[in-house]
Amino acid sequence: MEELIISAEHEEKNYWKDLWSYRELLYFLAWRDILVRYKQTTVGVAWAVLRPVITIAIGTLIARKVAGLTQGAVPTVLLVGAGTLVWQLFATSFADAGNSLIASSNLISKIYFPRLLVPASTLAVGFVDFLISLAILIALMLWYQYIPDFRILTLPLFIILALTASLGAGLWLAALTVKYRDFRFIVPFIVQIGLFISPVWYTSDKFQGVWRVVYSLNPTVGAIDGFRWAVFRGSYPIFWPGLTVSLVTSVLLLITAILYFRKTERSFADMI
Amino acid sequence: MSDYCISVENLTKKYRLGQGGPSGDGLRHQLERGVRSLFSRRSLADEKVVAPKKDANEFLALNNVSFQIKPGEVLGIIGRNGAGKSTLLKILSRITPPTSGQIRVRGRIASLLEVGTGFHPDLTGRENIFLNGAILGMTRSEIVRKLDEIVAFAEIERFIDTPVKRYSSGMYVRLAFAVAAHLEPEILIVDEVLAVGDAQFQKKCIGKMNEVAQSHGRTVLFVSHQMAAVRKLCHTGMLLTAGTTGGPGPVEDVIQAYLGHMTASDRVIDLSKVRHDAYALNTGRLECLSLAEKCTLGYGEPLTLHLDVTCDTSIHDVILGVAFDTSEGYRVMTLDSDVSGKSLDFAKGKYRVTFTVGRNPLSPGLYNIGCAMFSGGAIVDSCAAGVWEIVTGQSDVISNRGFGGCRVDFETKVVAL
Repeated sequence: MEELIISAEHEEKNYWKDLWSYRELLYFLAWRDILVRYKQTTVGVAWAVLRPVITIAIGTLIARKVAGLTQGAVPTVLLVGAGTLVWQLFATSFADAGNSLIASSNLISKIYFPRLLVPASTLAVGFVDFLISLAILIALMLWYQYIPDFRILTLPLFIILALTASLGAGLWLAALTVKYRDFRFIVPFIVQIGLFISPVWYTSDKFQGVWRVVYSLNPTVGAIDGFRWAVFRGSYPIFWPGLTVSLVTSVLLLITAILYFRKTERSFADMI
Repeated sequence: MSDYCISVENLTKKYRLGQGGPSGDGLRHQLERGVRSLFSRRSLADEKVVAPKKDANEFLALNNVSFQIKPGEVLGIIGRNGAGKSTLLKILSRITPPTSGQIRVRGRIASLLEVGTGFHPDLTGRENIFLNGAILGMTRSEIVRKLDEIVAFAEIERFIDTPVKRYSSGMYVRLAFAVAAHLEPEILIVDEVLAVGDAQFQKKCIGKMNEVAQSHGRTVLFVSHQMAAVRKLCHTGMLLTAGTTGGPGPVEDVIQAYLGHMTASDRVIDLSKVRHDAYALNTGRLECLSLAEKCTLGYGEPLTLHLDVTCDTSIHDVILGVAFDTSEGYRVMTLDSDVSGKSLDFAKGKYRVTFTVGRNPLSPGLYNIGCAMFSGGAIVDSCAAGVWEIVTGQSDVISNRGFGGCRVDFETKVVAL
């Protein structure tokens, strides 16, 4: 018979197997969050649509009047919509995942399951929002009769890049917040600043040469640029050095996040 | 002995008191330490050597515990609050890691340390069954298959689509236990969950756990303060005392050891250390209240108390009393020395008055003990001595009904009319 060993050391081998066997819990946790979110609201699920619509509308206004984004081959509203989509996915998972473990402290102190599922489920919720926003973007594109070309086939790759960065950042913050509650104050600050240093209301060709490479250290830059390239028929050419930097940052973020999370995870129940 | 399903070897769990985490572990400390090491040659490694004062703040919740449990065994784990029961269960459930030692487990574990873990008040009963089931480790198809059975067990058919925040607390607990009761692990860990819910439902829960243990041959680890429940459910018991244990043994032996041990520290109450009410007449003092040797605080068992007093002068017409109040403040038993005998006359000196009750009639629970001394109808001294816990005794056949105050010896006679 199979034997489980519980000791002070890590139990790496079982962990990934456990994660797999608990995969349904990921679904249930995300399902709970989505279900609970619109209970006892009057407008209900319409919020899921209203929120991105309002965000895109205001973003477009700012892009035109303040950021000075001029109408090119692509309608501004589509351009801003694409940026908002990716940024929201990142920002939501960043902010929600950070608080997720603390919010589930009653679970963590009473029952075992791979803790990775908690921040992962908030990402799943963010991804559902992303899909709703994507549907809105598609509706807008139909309205403007803007048809993407073959490049759209690469879109999933850039969505994966956005998810990688989001999960990486979310895991880091979730684990750090358990130990250092300081991050509850740092996170909203980063989210505010992040909106300005990501190409949401403008395009990243505002930065030139080496500055654009530095700018691309922000992993959302690569994801947003790639997203726009794939959707808008290559009107915004890919800046390869920048994309590479964003890609490397995202992957490193995720790998280190998993390592740190795994290292601290077992003592969450004692610290939370 | 290789025939085990849980084998615990030299298990130790250390907690640091005060601030949750290790001392100096906050972000500010870490930053400070980092910055300081930049500017001084003292390395981080040195710092560890300079900080030896940790021991005072350390607490061993479990201290080198070893034991084995055979498959199919139903083990009752008992001990006082803080003895390490919950810590042991938390380590077995993999919620918290041990500091040292290891555990080998053969088979799937499900643990029920709380009823309704993860219940969300805004979700309906049905939705919570799925959520809670998944948290406890059930698959969706398993839950779908057992849904009707769970709902029937919880007796909430009519309210299945109502948010659980509108449930009465009884319904809530019934639903929560029902989900857990339908788990099918090889090893089930249950912590004190029967403390909630009404008597009838408790009975149902014990029945269900009995069924799980006996007909399905599963291993159950059961923690409870209710000795009647432990007796009913378990064949073996294990006593934890301040983080250590002698390992499993026959359940009755272990319960007796616990009851004897239970009041050991406070079976003698030094009344000079508690607050006394002040009276004009202070010719005498209550000194000490103690439980006679070999006497337990078990319901239905003989109870013998000693009350030691000092008289500063000769006092006449003395009455001594010991009173038992429930935690809600109702006085349910009073032992006054003038009820069983005449009032007493004391010369100057120290005396021991012994109260003997043939059969302790108090229901299991916590009681506030008060002592008083009267002379000629006026109070000389009185004090709240402390709290004693009455537990279920060996001869308890009706188990803890949790109500009814005192249960005295009496006879029933039935005649046909």
